[in-house]
Amino acid sequence: MVAVTPVLDAPRELAPAGRRRVRVWRGLALGLAAVYFLLPLATSFWFTVHNERQGFSLAPYPRILAAEGFGTSMLLSLGLAAATIVVALGLTLPAMLAVRLGAPRLRPVLEVVCTLPLVVPPITFVSGIGTVLRSGPDLLATTPFWGTLMAIQDERFPLVLVLAYVVLALPFVYRSLDAGLRAIDVRTLVEAARGLGASWPYVLLRVLVPNLRSAITGAAFLTLALVLGEYTVAALLGYRTFPVWIVTVAGSEGQLSVAVSLLSLLIIWLLSLALSGAGAGRRRSS
Amino acid sequence: MAAETTPRAWPAAVPLLAFVALAFGIPAVALLLGAFTVTEPGTGRTFLGTANLAESLRGNYLTTLLGSVRLSAVVAALGMLLGALLARAVVTSSSAVLRGAVLSASGVLANFGGVPLAFLWVATLGNSGVVTTAFGLGESGWSLYGFWGLVLVYMYFSVPLMVLVLAPALEGLRPQWREAAESSGAGAWQYWRHVGIPVLAPSLLGGFVLLFGGAFAAYATAAAITGSTVPLVTLQIADALTGDVLIGHENVALALSLDMVVVAGLVMAVHLPLQRRSSRWLR
Repeated sequence: MVAVTPVLDAPRELAPAGRRRVRVWRGLALGLAAVYFLLPLATSFWFTVHNERQGFSLAPYPRILAAEGFGTSMLLSLGLAAATIVVALGLTLPAMLAVRLGAPRLRPVLEVVCTLPLVVPPITFVSGIGTVLRSGPDLLATTPFWGTLMAIQDERFPLVLVLAYVVLALPFVYRSLDAGLRAIDVRTLVEAARGLGASWPYVLLRVLVPNLRSAITGAAFLTLALVLGEYTVAALLGYRTFPVWIVTVAGSEGQLSVAVSLLSLLIIWLLSLALSGAGAGRRRSS
Repeated sequence: MAAETTPRAWPAAVPLLAFVALAFGIPAVALLLGAFTVTEPGTGRTFLGTANLAESLRGNYLTTLLGSVRLSAVVAALGMLLGALLARAVVTSSSAVLRGAVLSASGVLANFGGVPLAFLWVATLGNSGVVTTAFGLGESGWSLYGFWGLVLVYMYFSVPLMVLVLAPALEGLRPQWREAAESSGAGAWQYWRHVGIPVLAPSLLGGFVLLFGGAFAAYATAAAITGSTVPLVTLQIADALTGDVLIGHENVALALSLDMVVVAGLVMAVHLPLQRRSSRWLR
């Protein structure tokens, strides 16, 4: 760097004209981007609050809550998200800790297993699941597994969706936890806690989890966003989750579906703000 | 000492591996078996063979597969170009507020897709969309429900994703390199040709395949916007799965799915090593 410093003056002399051109160019790029990204939001809002007969009215927004199917589909999606988050974290965290504590040879296996779902587009995954659900009953009719196969397809809480969503969420959960685990010295923490007489559950819940709080929150947020927005698997297996409901309601109530779409963008935005807020708080306190 | 505190660690990984073997392995095996199971039209007899795969690479099925590849390639190329320009404009800006706002907005929009995205654009540029009716675009031949309409909509999550991928790499470009190039007499074009682009290449290419993969796998947005006016492989598979298919050809959808997995697998095979390489670069 010291060697470069003396020549700094030469390019600066050329700067004013070039810099103005750069500024104009940058303003143009940012302006066009702003139009492209903000226009759909503004016009969609206008679309929901304006109609030919009544003029301006915010009526579609309160109507969402009363709309038929909104409550049940939203509750179903939130329930699926909660179950997916618990299962995904409950499976991934112990496995990743094991890799760091005493089974380093499992690391590539885990990496491949947790990246694999990225290779499989959701629609191909659901065509595999659909095949199993269609041909499974014939193959398992005489075995106790038949009951299991029926139980996971229960309309009220389709566990098969939780299974699918955990698989789809694995890459995101893995990456988030991996980043968190990189930042702490798992082995030293565990050995110190064990040396002081802490039990394994205590080590996990009171020593490791608090240190991984922002990584776990991040994984949970990504999973929540994934489940709340997932349409392909639920629609093709015939379950009425929140995104599937939006599509069915769009046929009869155009304004309502656009209003819900805007709100769901707002929810994602608030969630990500909350997440970055939690991450920043964590960094300040440590 | 370590051996005493952690007697056997590997059993903690067993539940995850068992879960993946069940929830991912069984559907994958079913997909493979189904794709290679051929049903004889007359007798209904089934046997293993490659007839489904051959059919999935012919005629209408091939059209949808190529349609998806073409759409994804256009989206990825345009998204890479526009995303790079936007990222450059943001990174070189002196306003920290602007940078923070654009990067966090990119984080939100890159995760925004599926059905809600489709409806925002239908409300804007669809047949009775606000902009369409205000400017009478319908008469001038505009349609959101075609190939370029989909490209326009897919840009909404592709460009922000490219910004997110590229911003750290652009920040890694040292001003000294630019200055060194200029003091040796290089113009802007030469600087980018010989310094900027080569340094950014892994990130650019990584972003390209990521965008390609995202557009290739997208189903919800396309289904909600076009129904099936644009030939896309995801729409074709969905049609077949929901019963809109000739008797004896059910497994062609599975073969088509397998084709998709192969394409997506190639994409990830390019992406993952690149990601590793560019993250090493920027350390």
